[in-house]
Amino acid sequence: MISPLVPNFINSEISLVVALIVGIAFGFILEQAGFSSSKRLAGLFYGYDFVVLRVFFTAAATAMTGLILLSYFGVINLGLIYINPTFIYSALIGGAIMGAGFIIGGFCPGTSVCAAAIGKLDALLFVAGVTFGALIFGEIYPFIKEILTAGSLGDLMVYDALGMSRGFFAFVLVAFAITAFVITSYIENRVNGKAASLLSFKPGKSKAIIGFALIIAFALIFMPDKKSRALTNLSEMNPEMLKSEIEMIDSDELAMWLISECRDIHVIDVRNEENFKRNNVPGAVNIPFNSLSEAEWRTELSKTDRTNIFYGIDSEEALKAAMLSKILGDNSEAYALNGGFDDFKTTILDIALVDASKIPADKYKFRKNANVKLAEIRKNSAAKPKPKKKEQKISGGC
Amino acid sequence: MENTKYMNPYLAGVLLGLILLVTIFITGRGLGASGAMKSVVVDAMTVVAPEHAANSEFYSKYNASHPGGSVKNWLFIEVIGVAIGGFLSGLLSNRLGFKIDRGARIGNKTRLIAAFAGGSLFGIGAQFGRGCTSGAALSGMAVMSAGGFLTMMAIFGTGYALAFIFRKMWI
Repeated sequence: MISPLVPNFINSEISLVVALIVGIAFGFILEQAGFSSSKRLAGLFYGYDFVVLRVFFTAAATAMTGLILLSYFGVINLGLIYINPTFIYSALIGGAIMGAGFIIGGFCPGTSVCAAAIGKLDALLFVAGVTFGALIFGEIYPFIKEILTAGSLGDLMVYDALGMSRGFFAFVLVAFAITAFVITSYIENRVNGKAASLLSFKPGKSKAIIGFALIIAFALIFMPDKKSRALTNLSEMNPEMLKSEIEMIDSDELAMWLISECRDIHVIDVRNEENFKRNNVPGAVNIPFNSLSEAEWRTELSKTDRTNIFYGIDSEEALKAAMLSKILGDNSEAYALNGGFDDFKTTILDIALVDASKIPADKYKFRKNANVKLAEIRKNSAAKPKPKKKEQKISGGC
Repeated sequence: MENTKYMNPYLAGVLLGLILLVTIFITGRGLGASGAMKSVVVDAMTVVAPEHAANSEFYSKYNASHPGGSVKNWLFIEVIGVAIGGFLSGLLSNRLGFKIDRGARIGNKTRLIAAFAGGSLFGIGAQFGRGCTSGAALSGMAVMSAGGFLTMMAIFGTGYALAFIFRKMWI
């Protein structure tokens, strides 16, 4: 079971129960942290109370670190979770308007709901305001539509934008957060007239937690993601080891499976695009070896009711591809073609060029017959549209 | 009634981060808040002016992608949960009661008007930013989206830039 659990493991009704439960937990912690007081929230901007910064950054760093760890252990597929898309202009404009709303209103939407729930009347009006604001936006939407989608950078990751590795960025963020905690404690004490020195930073019982956080953050730098780990594991395997893990089939068997249609097979050509275009096994799809580890193929290669057959230039490339698919957790049964594409070509596709007397008559007959049927399959598969390779992402939206 | 002290902010942050992590683990996306208000607006418009809601892209698109209205809307249910959770926490820590938090130099009326105005701005901004502090900034940062960081910096940067102008309201 690989996360996210929705929509494959959890249906929409249970998902709503989850919504209620995480909402309750969210609201409870926000209130316990003191986010139900606009005076405390606004303190961030005047230096008398940095509670927002502490809670906010700790939460973001915790969740981020957790996601990296879960992806490392392969229990979450980061390729499937919702990545907030980046639209430069609307992010900046929206952020600026929200910033103004924050300093004037003293809340943000989540905290205002939580504060309204304990009887803060200013929060109640803030909630009404947010609703009114959404209505205003709905009415001006036709006029500002263009701004919303301008400057689209897609699912841009912040570490890619900065040219860092994911782990290094995570470390920098945690280090930055802890530095900010120390400095803001100093500012807070000065503003509130307490004796202040940089050493007066007192995280209390959380000292151990912060130390622990730093160690984990440091470890993140050296933590490869599942993909690069799979490739490393694979590079350490020799052909003998691969053969003991992956079952191979020969060209006759592949032809048999292709024409008999007794089992649902999925033939994957892992050679480069150029080779694939020149000639291929009828009905095969091209996923070059270099892109095989990409997240977009996982669903396509994970169908349990289907058998994947990999072939490449030679047996070894096919074995490696099948093994990589296995390491990455694809659920389909995987086979590798012995002999590479050239063997299939000489054995089946070019049977007409073969001297019939050199092979047993029944084999020759089968191959001749297969050749004809495969030509039909090729004609049919050419007419079919290409398979959709992108899997559906979780759609989001606040 | 003595108010119980607030939780240690770092502990609260870790707990909040874990809740966010569990949410992403289960649903594949983070927490949110302003989406609930949007859902209510779209519902209200669909009832009050069904023709307008059907013709305007903002409403029709949302209705198409969120069938069943607010009661089946993940974010709406989540925010109902936030209210329940906040109430339970206030109950537990003796913080329930009608109250208006404001700076010493302004009156209640000014504070309430400012709260509504600020909320309206936040409501508009959250639609531009495709989420508010929870949905765009916090959840966006957790999944390391560049947009999440950009939105976060724009929110807090503008807050600081305008802090001096609105200082009378808070200090």
